[in-house]
Amino acid sequence: METQELEQNAVKVKPAKVKKMMLILSKATIDNVYACFILANGARMEGIEAEIFFTFFGLEAVQKKKIEHLHVATVGNPAMHIPTLLGGLPGMESFATNMMKKEMEKLDIPPVGEFIEILEASGAKLWACKLAMDMFHLKREDLVDEIADIITVGDFYEKASGENTHLLFI
Amino acid sequence: METTIAGKQVKLNEQGYLTDLNEWSREVATALAAEEGVELGEEHWPVLEYLQSQHKQEVPLTIRKVGKSGIVDIKGFYALFPGGPLKKASRIAGIPKPASCI
Repeated sequence: METQELEQNAVKVKPAKVKKMMLILSKATIDNVYACFILANGARMEGIEAEIFFTFFGLEAVQKKKIEHLHVATVGNPAMHIPTLLGGLPGMESFATNMMKKEMEKLDIPPVGEFIEILEASGAKLWACKLAMDMFHLKREDLVDEIADIITVGDFYEKASGENTHLLFI
Repeated sequence: METTIAGKQVKLNEQGYLTDLNEWSREVATALAAEEGVELGEEHWPVLEYLQSQHKQEVPLTIRKVGKSGIVDIKGFYALFPGGPLKKASRIAGIPKPASCI
């Protein structure tokens, strides 16, 4: 009886759809980069706005010179299931990364550089963190063309305004 | 679920996708597109036909594949079917909702 009353009195609220995903990428290991890109791209595919703030090591994913050299971590990564000492051997990271890239290609997951082009074409907005740029002594020309601008944290929060925006730190 | 679209009896699944591509016609597509807020023009048809041909060949569809089709680039695909191009275009094309994350 009580439950029925509660149900009758409850205001029917339509579940609100996510409108915007604000992703912050702070890492350069390839698994984190892909997680971020797939989330952003997946949002755009659902008609959700997506923006990425590249900060700290995340900037490696949008540096022209580094973009094709991102690796999976073979040391300190228990999910690799290889002994730490083996993981530290020269060439191990490249080997593991190549294995992973091959598997991703099978699933039609694009390489990082192409993924950035896809994100830009899909309307996702890509921003570089000013403070991290200064810290690593990076210039605009070191970054891929798809980066819309170099902005501060404050600018990023400004862009996050609006209802049903979600922020996610990777 | 049976329903009438553009004067034709068609079966839709719970997400509004046609369950039988044989029931698809240009008139049905136009009506489904209107529900998605898309007005079909000349540029839409080749894309819809491409999606259908890929579906018939049982090729899983991704945004990347559409972008490389030579029929439309990714920017163009988003412009033709705003707000979720792959799922909207698939619905209008009468094929199942793609289970793709990319």
